[in-house]
Amino acid sequence: MTDRATGTIGTSDQAVARSRRLRTAFAALGMLPVLVLLAAGFQFINPRFLTETNLLIVTQQSSINIVLAAGMTFVILTGGIDLSVGSILAASAMVAVMVSLIPDWGMLGVPAAILVGLGFGLINGLLVAYIKLPPFIVTLGSLTAVRGVARLLGQDTTVFNSDLPFDFIGNGSLFGIPWLVIIALTVVVLSWLVLKRTVLGTWIYAVGGNAEAARLTGIKVPLVLLFVYGVSGLLAGLGGAMSAARLYAANGLQLGQSYELDAIAAVILGGTSFVGGVGSIWGTLIGGLIIAVLSNGLILAGVSDIWQYIIKGLVIIVAVALDRYRLQAGART
Amino acid sequence: MTAAAAQTDMARQPVLEMRHISKTFGAIRALQDVSLTVHAGELHALMGENGAGKSTLMKVLSGAYRPDPGGEILIDGAPSVTGNPIKARAQGIAVIYQELSLAPNLTVAQNIFLGNEPRRFGVVDRDQCNRRANEIIARLGVSFSARALVSSLSLGERQLVEIARALSTNARIIVMDEPTTSLTSRETDRLFEVIATLKSQGIAIIYISHRMEEVYQLADRVSVLRDSGYVGTLERADLSASRLVSMMVGRDLSAFYKKDHRPPDAKRAVALSVRGMSDGKLLKDCSFDLHKGEVLALAGLVGSGRTELARLIFGADRHTSGTLELDGKPVAIGSPREALDAGIAYLTEDRKELGLFLDMSISDNISMGVLARDARAGGFRDFTAAEKRAAKSVSDLSIRTSSVAANAGSLSGGNQQKVLLARLLETDPRVLILDEPTRGVDVGAKSEIYRLIDNLANRGIAILMISSELPEVIGVADRVLVMRDGAISGEVTASEGEPLSQEKIMELATGAAKG
Repeated sequence: MTDRATGTIGTSDQAVARSRRLRTAFAALGMLPVLVLLAAGFQFINPRFLTETNLLIVTQQSSINIVLAAGMTFVILTGGIDLSVGSILAASAMVAVMVSLIPDWGMLGVPAAILVGLGFGLINGLLVAYIKLPPFIVTLGSLTAVRGVARLLGQDTTVFNSDLPFDFIGNGSLFGIPWLVIIALTVVVLSWLVLKRTVLGTWIYAVGGNAEAARLTGIKVPLVLLFVYGVSGLLAGLGGAMSAARLYAANGLQLGQSYELDAIAAVILGGTSFVGGVGSIWGTLIGGLIIAVLSNGLILAGVSDIWQYIIKGLVIIVAVALDRYRLQAGART
Repeated sequence: MTAAAAQTDMARQPVLEMRHISKTFGAIRALQDVSLTVHAGELHALMGENGAGKSTLMKVLSGAYRPDPGGEILIDGAPSVTGNPIKARAQGIAVIYQELSLAPNLTVAQNIFLGNEPRRFGVVDRDQCNRRANEIIARLGVSFSARALVSSLSLGERQLVEIARALSTNARIIVMDEPTTSLTSRETDRLFEVIATLKSQGIAIIYISHRMEEVYQLADRVSVLRDSGYVGTLERADLSASRLVSMMVGRDLSAFYKKDHRPPDAKRAVALSVRGMSDGKLLKDCSFDLHKGEVLALAGLVGSGRTELARLIFGADRHTSGTLELDGKPVAIGSPREALDAGIAYLTEDRKELGLFLDMSISDNISMGVLARDARAGGFRDFTAAEKRAAKSVSDLSIRTSSVAANAGSLSGGNQQKVLLARLLETDPRVLILDEPTRGVDVGAKSEIYRLIDNLANRGIAILMISSELPEVIGVADRVLVMRDGAISGEVTASEGEPLSQEKIMELATGAAKG
């Protein structure tokens, strides 16, 4: 029901805008209590959890997943999905290490990895946007095909470079903050800028909210789709460079296996709607941190590898179920 | 007591009483002390502007919402459990919603018994299912088979399936929410026959409608809600349009339709010239001229190709042949973007599915078509511009909202329609195509939209209006084109002192007029 004042925007405007912002913030931070609770719980079990060293490890471990999940957020906001990011990461990492071996031009490994990622992403985007194939099927195909490309690149071997010119990305830090973390946070902030502050960002939400209405409003829906899959691929490429820099090596077969699932889990934990149109990058950040805290905390708590899988899966389901319940209750107002 | 008197007495026994129903959501009061009494075998019309509380009241009845303490629902004089949809259904309450809820890939019988299948040895008894479905369909006196796929039925037939589904659960109170919105006039007649049958079987019908003629034709009594409260109930004998309208809006609506038509003026320049438009499917060789400052109505039955033609002109669908001229210059339009750039805007008939972004703010919805035009360097949004546009639209179009930051989904139908209109107007169109601009819109908003159409035409915008409501066509348009079976079957103009002829339009639409 609306207030009946005809055609006026009263002083309540600011109030509504504020409450709307609060609600958005609340929706985005919906999973923050879960994160805090998990951290407190692990601290209780093992006091080593909340130490500076361990927290740096957690954030470092989560950084690559957060970069992938940021790209995934763009895609899922349009109502799509990108299953190929793990494979793209592997192929890009291979390229990064191989280019790093070129004398004097080794630094080019990073842009090369990003470009390779962007290229694969754009291929996904072209197939989804212009051939109009379902995103799940397109990216399921590229999940397999790009994995093959990654193996082909190193003739199915592991490529090494112990003298990696850009290894500071993976292992160095700036003012005590690891470069991996700085990169992940930068990606999150840039994503926020694009999604919430640019015309393109509004179009992304519009396409996800109602693609046909977006088309009839004159939005070039295929271009928007091409962009989001491009971003997802590009960030997977960046993730490949980060991964290569951390390991001084890349393996086309093993690297990035099932990374797409962690990225999707982070996005969904962050409250982004699977049908598109609703969600935020801050939620994704928190979702990514929850996954990292879970992995790290369970190891510190001495839980066996097998049980870690089971617990992680259950936590994701329960957390999202709680979130849905909360949103339903909130929707009644 | 004679048998007849006893029967009358029985009929006067209320089958449903809703007493002192209030419903609050947080600080918002959606219903305030509403009472409603419905008798067996009566058609009780429920009227009121969008947002008056009709839907909320029906959701309380169907158990979707629990009323605030103090309210009670009596069925056959006995208090019933509230806030429980399953109990409500078991007590004979069925609701047929505007958005039909059938599974198109299943048969009629499967849909009728969906979730309630007759079983034998734990498996669905398909024979019994079909047999009982056929019995119920026979009760309604309709012609399709229980084995027909729902996807093969027309919208009107699907509605009858919904009613059959209600009967299968022995419903005694059936709520129909705007049942004729998407029906052709023949289907509407069919529905009215079925309603008469239901009434003769003692079933009470609560009928929500904005269409005055229907209420006149059908209602035994009419109850009116306004601003979440109960206004009053009129017996059939006391019905009058002026009384109903004043009850609904609380104000006089003498200027419901505009009165003077702009006389056809040969000197007026042609804004849009359509020649030989075909889509290779339904549309055949459609040609017409639309003049500047003119309201041209496109009339015809549902399915005659009006929306399809509009979508071709707007570039939403591909045409196989035909040309467009805008202000005398040929234009090629292959997409909505190109149409908008050329100055053609299109208001969709289905604002929820094809128009609005319900999860986005009113302000974003209004600016959506001109974001790129407003953008700052680097593609950044200009939120100030968007808010200015929204504030101006809110006051120009009298959009009733507490804030432009609210979600479009929170608005009532009429106000959602105004938001869509505002979005189109922000693109500065020269040609405006309006597809059923007042569908599902309350009386107050309707007259505001008519006034707006008139103002736009006076500003020189060429308006092509698709409408299925003849009084609206007659009242708003300067000239009428009629479509039938994908072709333009004729034109009706008002001559000196003589208004547009409703009969002539119907003749052209149905094919009754030959030559």
